[in-house]
This record gives sequence, C-alpha cells and structure tokens, in this order.
Amino acid sequence: MSASRNEILGRVRAATRSLPHPTYHPDYPSDLSHSGRSPRDGVDLARHFAEQLKGTHAIFAEDWPALAKLLSAETKGLGYCAPDFADALKSAWPEATIETTFDRARVDEYTFGITPAWGAIAETGTLILTDGTTPSRLAALAPWVHVAVVPRERIFATVAEAMTALPDDPSIIFVTGPSKTADIEGILIEGVHGPGRQLALIM
Amino acid sequence: MKQAVDHFARDLNPTVRDSVHHASKLKYDSRLGALTKDFPDPDKLRRTAGQVKQHTLEHLDQYLEQAEANFQRNGARVHWATTGDEANALIAQIMRDGGAKRMVKSKSMVSEETHLVPYLEKEGFEAVETDLGEFIVQIDHDHPSHIVTPIIHKTRQDVARSFEREGLGAYTEDPPTLTAIARKHLRQKYLEAEVGLTGANFVLADTGQIVLVTNEGNARFSMAAPRIHIALVGIEKLLPRRADLPLFLSLLGRSATGQHLTVYTQLIGGPRAPEQPDGPEEMHVIFLDNGRSEILAGECREILRCIRCGACLNVCPVYRQSSGHAYRSVYPGPVGAVLSPLLKGKQFPELADLPKASSLCGACNEVCPVDIPIPDLLLRLRRKGKKEKAPAACVDTPSFGLWSTAATSPGIWKTGLALGHAMNVVPHALFNLEPSARAWQSSRDLPPFKGGAFRKWVHQHQSEKTKNR
Repeated sequence: MSASRNEILGRVRAATRSLPHPTYHPDYPSDLSHSGRSPRDGVDLARHFAEQLKGTHAIFAEDWPALAKLLSAETKGLGYCAPDFADALKSAWPEATIETTFDRARVDEYTFGITPAWGAIAETGTLILTDGTTPSRLAALAPWVHVAVVPRERIFATVAEAMTALPDDPSIIFVTGPSKTADIEGILIEGVHGPGRQLALIM
Repeated sequence: MKQAVDHFARDLNPTVRDSVHHASKLKYDSRLGALTKDFPDPDKLRRTAGQVKQHTLEHLDQYLEQAEANFQRNGARVHWATTGDEANALIAQIMRDGGAKRMVKSKSMVSEETHLVPYLEKEGFEAVETDLGEFIVQIDHDHPSHIVTPIIHKTRQDVARSFEREGLGAYTEDPPTLTAIARKHLRQKYLEAEVGLTGANFVLADTGQIVLVTNEGNARFSMAAPRIHIALVGIEKLLPRRADLPLFLSLLGRSATGQHLTVYTQLIGGPRAPEQPDGPEEMHVIFLDNGRSEILAGECREILRCIRCGACLNVCPVYRQSSGHAYRSVYPGPVGAVLSPLLKGKQFPELADLPKASSLCGACNEVCPVDIPIPDLLLRLRRKGKKEKAPAACVDTPSFGLWSTAATSPGIWKTGLALGHAMNVVPHALFNLEPSARAWQSSRDLPPFKGGAFRKWVHQHQSEKTKNR
C-alpha cells in the first residue's frame, strides 16, 4: 500500500512543484462567514438561538413541564432518557415509561430519546452533539423524536466561534433541524432516517 | 451529424424534462435567495473560498501528509489507492479482514466513480445504498442524474411503481408514505450491516477529521450501527484548517439547496470514544487518486476545487434541457463537462464532445461557490480535443483552415466582403438548398450583412485627420 502512497504523493509533487505563481492562503478575517443571522453584540444568545431554532423546523421547549406536554402529545410514552435527566422528566411526566439504557435490539420501540448536547449555535439554531456527551449515538438518532438538552453556558454566537472551541472528540455532529429529504419531486419530507421531530431545551 | 448531448435532449421524455427543469429552477431560486439575504457581498465569499481551495491544491502533498499523520494520531487507518479498482479491492479486503458480509452506503459520488457496488456484489458482499434517492436508483438499476438530487428525473409515480415491484409495500403515490416505507426497510439494513461506507465533503488537514454534510441522517446511521467505518475520499477534498470550514459550510448549504446550514454536519476523526456503546471500532480512510493527480498537472486544475454543490447544474440551460444522463458519466452538467472527460485519462476522446455542450453563457461560473472559471476550462478542453483530433470534438465544428487563409490574405478578404453585401439582395430562401443552412434558418433569421464598415471608418478617419492638420 505504501507503494501507492509514494506514487500518488510523487505525482502530486511533480504536478505542483514548478507552478510559476503559487496561490497563498488568503488571510481573511474569521467574521467573513458571519451571516445576516448572526446575533448582534449584547443580544441574549439563548433567545436568539431559540428564534433561529424555530426557523429550522425544530421545536423549542421552555422547561420540563412544557417538554412533557409536547412529548405526551407526540409519542406513545415509551422512550430513552439520559440518566442525568431522568428525575426531572419523571417529576414533570409521571405517566411516561422511561429507560436509561438504550437497548439496540428494541431500537424501534423507543418513541423518543433525550440526550445532552455539548453546545449550540445561536446564528443558525444548531445543536452540537459529541460522543463525549451523548450516552448512545443510536438513542439520539433512531427514535422519531429527539430532545437535545443544551447547557446555557455553551451557546456560541456564530458557527465560526463554535468551530474554534470544539472539543477533542471522534464524532462531532451539528444538528440543524429535523432529518429531511426533497428527493421525490422536490417535496420536503421530514423524518427520513433520523428524527422527524427535533426538540431542544436549555438548562 | 449532431452531438450526443443534442440527441439526448431531443429524445428526452417530456415528463422527465419538465421534472428536471422545474426542480433545478426551484433550487436555483432558493440558492439566490439564501445567499443574497444573508450576505451583502456573496462574491467575496466565493472568491475567498476559491482561493483557499486553489492554495490547497497547489500544496496538496503537504496537506495530504499532514492529514494522514493526524488521522493516525486519532486512531484511524489511512490507505492510498491510485485507481478505482485498487480502492474497490482495498474495501473488499477490509471487509474480509473484519469478517464482514454486509455494507450500508451513504451517498458518495466517488464510489459511483469506482463502480463500488457492482464490484462488491460480484465479490459476494451485500451493499445497500441508504440515501433515499440513491436507494431508488439502486433498486431501479438506474444511474443518478444529479450530484445532489439523484432522482431529479423521476416522478412520484415512478417511485411508487418501483416500491410495489420490489415488494416494499402497496402502491402509493404519497411521498411521505413512500419515505416511511424506505425508513423502515433501511433501518433493518443498518442494524445488520457490519460496515458503513461514506465519502467526505471535506477533509481537515490540521485536525485529521472528515466532514460529512447530509440532510437525511443516513451517514449518521452508517456510523452508529455498524462496527467498521470506511471513508472513501478523493485526494482533492482537503482543507488546510478547521477554521476554514465555516466559510465552506456557509457556501455549500446555500449553493446546493438554499439551506443556511445542511441538517447534519459531522466531523469524524477516528473510531468511537471508549465510553460510547454505539459506532465503529475501526475507521479506515482511503485516499483515492483515480486521475486527479494527472488533472492537477494539466491546464484545467481549477476544476479540482469543486465541492459538488450542483449549483452549476441547476443554472445551466443545457443541463435543464437534456438532464444528467445526457453527459454519459458520473458527473453531469457544466462541472461534468470538464471533469468527466479529464477523469477518463487516456480515454479522453470518448467524452471529448462534452466541453462543447455549452453556450459559454457563463452562468456556471457566476454561481460557483469556489469561483471555478468553467467557461475558460471548457474552451481549454475544446482546444485539447481539436489538438488530439478526437472525432467527438470535431463533430459539427467547421474547419477553421479556410477562415484563417481568408483572414490573412487581403484580396480574398475584400472579395468576401463584396459577396457578403451581395447576400443582402439574394432571397434567403435560396440558402435553404444547402441542408445545414436550412437547419440553421428553420428557427432563426439571417441578419443583414454589415461587413466592411470598419475599413470605411478607418479610411474616413485618416482623411479627416489629414484635412485637420
């Protein structure tokens, strides 16, 4: 295999070595990618995040009772909840059947999954999931409804700001709205392989 | 003799043409809205992104080595493949070594390029496409006709018939129900598969991560259920720094589908975390050349900047009339007209007609998020086709030998001008005796000939100058 490596790198080197005017990396300011959606200075990031989140067709829950109401309307009451939040959910929604370990063999029985998010981005209404904070990748993905619980202190203003603060983690996922497709005649459908309902709660 | 793309456009089923035209126009409009609403000067972003990619390509050896070292540090294994066949063989070997029989595939244009699925099936493996559009392409034994929306050429009735034929459920034309059927069917495939294969939209050299951008969540599932992850990546996918990613994400989502950010953006560097129960224990990254280093050495290297957003397809008047299959290759539209013949290497003449399937209107360059001068590249490839005397490059193109003789001999030139003026008094219907003139005139009017005005102007100008002296 190292023969192919050397061959490819050798060819690349030969192709680029004698270019007369090499292009420099443009030293552009990091706010170049800040969009018209970026929050202005002094704006409450949590509120800005919640507004942008709604624009992505995700749903913002004010608190645990509000979340319990949404979930009881949307689901059959059996779901996964990360151990840290089980008490809060139980007290808001005593009728629910909550499991705190995700059983892969019964993947389709869970109608919701509640997991912590690592952080969020106000500019785009984006949730950031990581391996380090998600107890089970499948629990955040397979159920029809996913709830991400966002720590208030890690809501970043822009994508560019979040990018420089990311943790050392093998799987970092930006989630901006529910899973969707427009493959059939350009018609928008939510809930293809991932959650059809994406919810968020700030703690 | 007509060009192949013309033939295809003429014979295209009107329903297909309408689907393609409608959907591509829709995406063009939403792109424009999304970019101009959020950025006062989107062109500045496009030019900067183009420069970042151009810089990366010109220093590709350094960035590849840096990425390799960082992937290894993150616990991923890095492989190199000079050809598509070599990549396919590598993938089969990784599967055998891991005791794997079944693969779920996320959308990857580069795996279309290597014909991975037919290869794996021949080798006795199961390989299932999981992107909804690609899944439908697979069960229909069809080919994608657009790099972002592979079944842009199909109607819901087509999909309904395919699902019924495959026994996936009763006939229904309701897109949400069709999607739910696919969700249920493919979920089982994820859980059974030992291997998940993805491509990469970007590779970050400074952190050793691949970046995947999807809407459906199939790439997430391919890395949540199976125990081995293989990323098949073209060597041109690199970005120097993670700090460059926000710029590219801003452009990619908006250019491809008019989204300010695609639903799922994943940064994957290595196998799952030790405390994580789901996801791959092994990650393999395969860097594929397959003709790219040769393109890098040539005069069309700018095409390697492409981030596969499909904006140039959506805006192209030729693509809209002819659909993607007219390009007879994995990459259709303006980008394909440049990239596909080049990727053919020595078989370039087979697709040497594609650079001519363009009116050079320049719209593709205007929308390109990395500012690729596609019309210039098309001209360079037309010249290459002529130089190499590729028959497909010479179809419908008059020889310019006669023209250059006339233009360099003043006597012949003046006679030509006089004949041109004579044409103004001859009835144009007379030209219809010549077949190609008839074809041309069938939908156009010959304007009156006005040649010679420049010579007259020069004479007049010079005599006035002498008078005024």
